Amino acid sequence: MPSLIGSYSLFFGLGCSIFIIFFSIKNFKNSSSFDSKILSFSLLQLLFVIVSFIGLILSFIISDFSNETVFNHSHTTKPLFYKISGTWGNHEGSLLLWLLVLTLFISIFLLNTKNLLKNYRILTLLYQQIIIIGFFIFIIKTSNPFNYIYPEPDEGLGLNPILQDPALAIHPPILYLGYVGSSIIFSSALAAMSLNWVSKEWAKHIKKWILTSWIFLTFGILLGSIWAYYELGWGGFWFWDPVENVSLMPWLALTTLFHCVLVLEKKSILTSWVIILSITTFTLSMCGTFLVRSGILNSVHTFANDPERGVFILIFLFSLIFLALFIFFFFYKVENKKINSFFWLSKETAILVNNWFMMYFLSVVLIGTIYPIFLDVISSQQISVGPPFYHKLIVPFLIPFLLAMAIGPNLNWIKSDLKNKFYLFLFLLISLVLSSLIIINLKIDFLINTVLISSAFYLFFITTRDFIVHRFQNLAQNVSHFGFSLFILSVLFNNIFSSEIITNLKVGETFKTKDVTIFFEKITKKKEQNFDAITGKFSITNSKNIEQILNPELRIYNQPNIVTSEADIKINLLSDKFMTMNLVQNQNYFNIRYQHKPFMIWIWASIFIISFGGLISIFKRRHET
Amino acid sequence: MKLKIIPIILIIFFSIIFIIFFKGLQKTSIYTPDENFEKNVPSFTAKVIKTGVENSSEQLFSGDQFYLMNIWASWCAPCRAEHNFLMKLKVNENLKIIGLNYKDKEKNALNFLKELKNPYDKILVDGDGTIAIDWGAYGVPESFLIHNKKIIKKIIGPIDENLYLDIERLIK
Repeated sequence: MPSLIGSYSLFFGLGCSIFIIFFSIKNFKNSSSFDSKILSFSLLQLLFVIVSFIGLILSFIISDFSNETVFNHSHTTKPLFYKISGTWGNHEGSLLLWLLVLTLFISIFLLNTKNLLKNYRILTLLYQQIIIIGFFIFIIKTSNPFNYIYPEPDEGLGLNPILQDPALAIHPPILYLGYVGSSIIFSSALAAMSLNWVSKEWAKHIKKWILTSWIFLTFGILLGSIWAYYELGWGGFWFWDPVENVSLMPWLALTTLFHCVLVLEKKSILTSWVIILSITTFTLSMCGTFLVRSGILNSVHTFANDPERGVFILIFLFSLIFLALFIFFFFYKVENKKINSFFWLSKETAILVNNWFMMYFLSVVLIGTIYPIFLDVISSQQISVGPPFYHKLIVPFLIPFLLAMAIGPNLNWIKSDLKNKFYLFLFLLISLVLSSLIIINLKIDFLINTVLISSAFYLFFITTRDFIVHRFQNLAQNVSHFGFSLFILSVLFNNIFSSEIITNLKVGETFKTKDVTIFFEKITKKKEQNFDAITGKFSITNSKNIEQILNPELRIYNQPNIVTSEADIKINLLSDKFMTMNLVQNQNYFNIRYQHKPFMIWIWASIFIISFGGLISIFKRRHET
Repeated sequence: MKLKIIPIILIIFFSIIFIIFFKGLQKTSIYTPDENFEKNVPSFTAKVIKTGVENSSEQLFSGDQFYLMNIWASWCAPCRAEHNFLMKLKVNENLKIIGLNYKDKEKNALNFLKELKNPYDKILVDGDGTIAIDWGAYGVPESFLIHNKKIIKKIIGPIDENLYLDIERLIK
């Protein structure tokens, strides 16, 4: 029943689009005030999508296996929480969530922009409707979450156990808020272009949307990363997997975009940058959806491999790109070319320089992600691009990037000089000395590490000084940049000082190295609602004779039958101890992986600090100086 | 003049990307992981449906013909979809199809076969699903093509037209 209501609701929702478009076009030409019917129909459409989504959730809760989506992704023994999160843990449901967020955001947009130009609001709505209709048709035609199967099976196929996890239950919705938020930026950029209204006022208004999407995207990526860390059992947090890259690319574009918008808001320059980045961000989000959903890439996130879906998103994506290009070249006029000159030492130059670096990072990730597809098509060779590619191409360029990030905010708009900037050099010197000391003491003699650590320390010191000297004047920027320096430092130290032991152990055996002794005490078995757990008890003794107990776990899920390995992680401020065990087929020993990972918690904390900076910026009244 | 060249270049550029992505879609991106190739058949014992006779994996796959180990259940909808292809495969003389009835009630399983006909030369029972774990199965249906006690192909999900033709080609 909920399934049926949901299904009809979807069609009604699509029907609303017709009315919205009809009234919008009428209103656009004729009247001078905004027609409230448009708003009503938008809200009605939102309501229908909400009903549809709740219908799907209910079908999952009551385990209605006559619904194909529920049958494929749920099971009666699954805990209620994962029944609900299973709603968006699959292709069909997650698209419905996309649609929900799309309609939700445009409604918020309409409610929030009452004092802006009427035609701007209508045009944004119309462009957004193109996207919404595209998604409606996509869902109804190729990925209907309400397909009916008969005879009704008694039991469903179950949700992939590695997806049965609290972090992953909220990771997709948060990430989508970020992705879909960029659709509003896209539509409004097109509308602003069409009306030739790319101005300070527009920048001021769209900045909030950019920041909101950015915060959600950052959080979404963070959650996914934390999940990968403890669930996939490799002890890493970023694997340069194509699907991770696909979320990183809009993030890079979005980060660049809001720096540009700040400049636009202040100085009315960089307009083309803002427009192009607005379009790029959404295009990259859509491109991500395409790459993940079409099955053109192979990864954990590939829900379904259905070429029909791929073709649809591909055509849809490129129609949007061509629409954007068309509007850009025919409506958008670059005015006031004269102000587009920059003095070499100024805040906007620093931002522009770092924009180019961001674009460079973006292209590296983009090429690394889609080059294998190109190569496969052109020469039928299959390659996979791994971390070394990204590390080699990105890491060296982080050095000037970090330096510019530290110096930039301390420069003035338009024109700056180096008077009273002596401290900039002093801190550089201190950072260099400090990192050389660290590197020499620990006998890791890579020049690039020294320079990289110095530049990260440099940013760290400069931002810390700014906190004190500027007395929270630029709090948002300061917090975020400080977070970023912390992030780079933690990642670097984490990389340099991590150690790992992989060995096979039977119960009762001991493994010894110079620094650590691992004793496998016992295993216990336990039965849970939808899995059996085998828990190992290991005692780890370090060189200082401090003992710690770690309990990694193996879970044998009943439906679908998958064995997962749950890491046990002991976290403290300085380092994580991370342990997983794995069953070896037909043997009576277990494969043990023990990792010592310094500063893990700081990696998460720093990303949190970075996005917190964004949050401050939204709620702050005063302008950045 | 300059303004006209840039849009044209961009349009050509995006069109090329479009074509490449489009072509990319036609290619299958499911690479069979190497570890599944030429892996030995796991050793296990299982009861035959109805009779309850114990069978060990050594006996089961001892012949020199091909075997198709098919994990199925009566409650599994995609199993219905692949049933026709199993019936077609049954005709091959150098292929024996062994069914592993997964977490199923015997009565339901037999009714299922009565309704759709029986493609299997032998049906084993895996009531608690432990044998399927030994095979590294993700769920039902799943099929393994076996020759000389080695798994030469693993099929996750129902057999469709293409996979059916693949199997026909492999056992030639």
